[in-house]
Amino acid sequence: MPRTAVRELTFAQAIREALAEEMRRDSTVCIMGEDVAEAGTPFKVLSGLLEEFGKDRVLDTPISEAGFTGLAVGAAMTGMRPVVDIMFGDFITLTMDQMVNQAAKVHYMSGGKWKVPMVMRTTMGATRRSAAQHSQSLHAWYCHVPGLKVILPSTPYDAKGLLKAAIRDENPVVFFEDKMMYKLKGEVPEGDYTVPLGVADIKRVGEDITLVATSSMVQVALGAATMLGEIGISAEVVDPRTMWPLDEKTLVESAKKTSRAIVLDEGYERYGVTAELASVIATGAFYDLDAPVKRMGAMHVPIPFSPPLEDVTVPTERTVFEAARALCGR
Amino acid sequence: MTIAEPQEASEKAALWLRMYRQMFAIREFEAQVNELYTRALMPGLAHLYIGEEAVAVGVCEALNRSDYVTSTHRGHGHCLAKGASPDRMFAELLGKEAGYCKGKGGSMHIADPATGNLGANAIVCGSAGIATGAAFSAQRLKNGRVAVCFFGEGALGQGVLYEVMNLAQLFKLPVIYVCENNLYTEYTHFSETTAGDILMRATAFGIEAASVDGQDVRAVHGTAQRMVDRARHGGGPSFLLCNTYRYHGHHVGDINREYYRSKKEEQLWKTERDPIVNFSKWLIGEKVCDATALGHVQAELEAEMKKAVEFAIAAPYPTVDEVSEDVYA
Repeated sequence: MPRTAVRELTFAQAIREALAEEMRRDSTVCIMGEDVAEAGTPFKVLSGLLEEFGKDRVLDTPISEAGFTGLAVGAAMTGMRPVVDIMFGDFITLTMDQMVNQAAKVHYMSGGKWKVPMVMRTTMGATRRSAAQHSQSLHAWYCHVPGLKVILPSTPYDAKGLLKAAIRDENPVVFFEDKMMYKLKGEVPEGDYTVPLGVADIKRVGEDITLVATSSMVQVALGAATMLGEIGISAEVVDPRTMWPLDEKTLVESAKKTSRAIVLDEGYERYGVTAELASVIATGAFYDLDAPVKRMGAMHVPIPFSPPLEDVTVPTERTVFEAARALCGR
Repeated sequence: MTIAEPQEASEKAALWLRMYRQMFAIREFEAQVNELYTRALMPGLAHLYIGEEAVAVGVCEALNRSDYVTSTHRGHGHCLAKGASPDRMFAELLGKEAGYCKGKGGSMHIADPATGNLGANAIVCGSAGIATGAAFSAQRLKNGRVAVCFFGEGALGQGVLYEVMNLAQLFKLPVIYVCENNLYTEYTHFSETTAGDILMRATAFGIEAASVDGQDVRAVHGTAQRMVDRARHGGGPSFLLCNTYRYHGHHVGDINREYYRSKKEEQLWKTERDPIVNFSKWLIGEKVCDATALGHVQAELEAEMKKAVEFAIAAPYPTVDEVSEDVYA
């Protein structure tokens, strides 16, 4: 990929830059959501966009997630490319009919006549001490629905390139941002580039075990991989980047090479995306596996407020390290 | 006296005759749908629009072809009134490849970009957001279009309606919310499900609201035209309550319905409040045309619908390899 210049941006800055570049490129791209304009969202991800693009393209809405998401579906069908902002991922429950029964099905139900090129940006991730209704990672809900695409970026570089690809996509795309990663820094080239949907990225090459990780769990997996390296276990970290479309081939190839795999995700483990990813690996790499594929996700509890309780609900570098070591028989 | 040719007739007379034709077309289409169901030729069910024809026709005659509509599970009337072809609609109802949605949508999901039909919707109030969004893009893209959101009074129970009405008024969007109160929310009288005053739900947002006799196509059209013109010229959203009645059951299979409404009530609406009969009497009384001319229109439409049904019955099904097409654009 040609890079005109290399500099570091935070995850939040990378997202803002992607939006700004797409809004400059295409006048039909607009942003709507709660406190997106002057406030630039509570996480300040959108700061400065109102000043550049004005109130007609950066629209504060009432606290009506279903209403403005539904409005975005209709606007997308008729010539706009709206990007809706759902402040906390927990609030996607309020948008379910608009996304699941409307956005996801419009193209199919109309025999391919109407398209819904919209993006929903929302957040995920625990350990922010925000308790049960502001901490969930509910991306599996949308992964379940034919017609939607689901993106879980893990680095500033991926966030910018994937968001730009999402905005240009002709389908409804849901983009989950881990709110604990907004300050994460990484290299982000200036100028235009996209990261195609459906292409996994190997974040670390290894030989002994594959750690498939999504979103915030990529950093956790990389930390665990460093710890594993210290005891002589070489871990490969694979980031699918998009849950759908899913790059099954890269996941399977890595597991075939290492013969062991752990799948990590911050969503609930029970009926979560780890089940799908593990199934893909178990089926595709069956004859090369030396151990059952292990899944690690959030505990089956509402996310508690109290810090010592909250911290044990999601995988950590230590728990992943221990699980990997056990799986390798060490 | 014979039917006046449109080019010779006054603009109003031409409009009235077009409205008569459209209303009768819907009734005849629906009669054929019922027949297809009774003869077990149609998969699934359908929700007939018979009795409510004046609403769809009165509103859609106030629209341009490029204006948007969203429809409901009881949507055949809206699709036809907006200009859809009966043959491709029947084909869709039978799940055939030649249907508007290649057979993937069926009765409750007919959509047609060529006539601005954003789609019928089987979620009650499911299209309120879509219609409001279409009005949003019309405003942003400055293409002069308006959007009409048809919904039954049952949708008044859905919160998203009030969310988008609030948004529409805040953004001054060119959208008309058309509530068809046919008195029954499936199998329950609306008075059991609807508290307070319906129009006040709109006026609370500052949205202009009016109530009309939904059996009187001229009344519906007159008010709709005013609301459409207002929306098109930047006046913002409005809310049109059309009081009407559905002659058949909730769907074609809802035959024995005396547990929720009497045959006497149904008979009263059919004999005294029928939108087509009453309008034909008015047309004849005003000497716009005579009964013979209207009879010719009826015969012509009956023949057209029969032919359309035959087309649909003869049309092939989609091949099974199409099942995974169109999931993604």
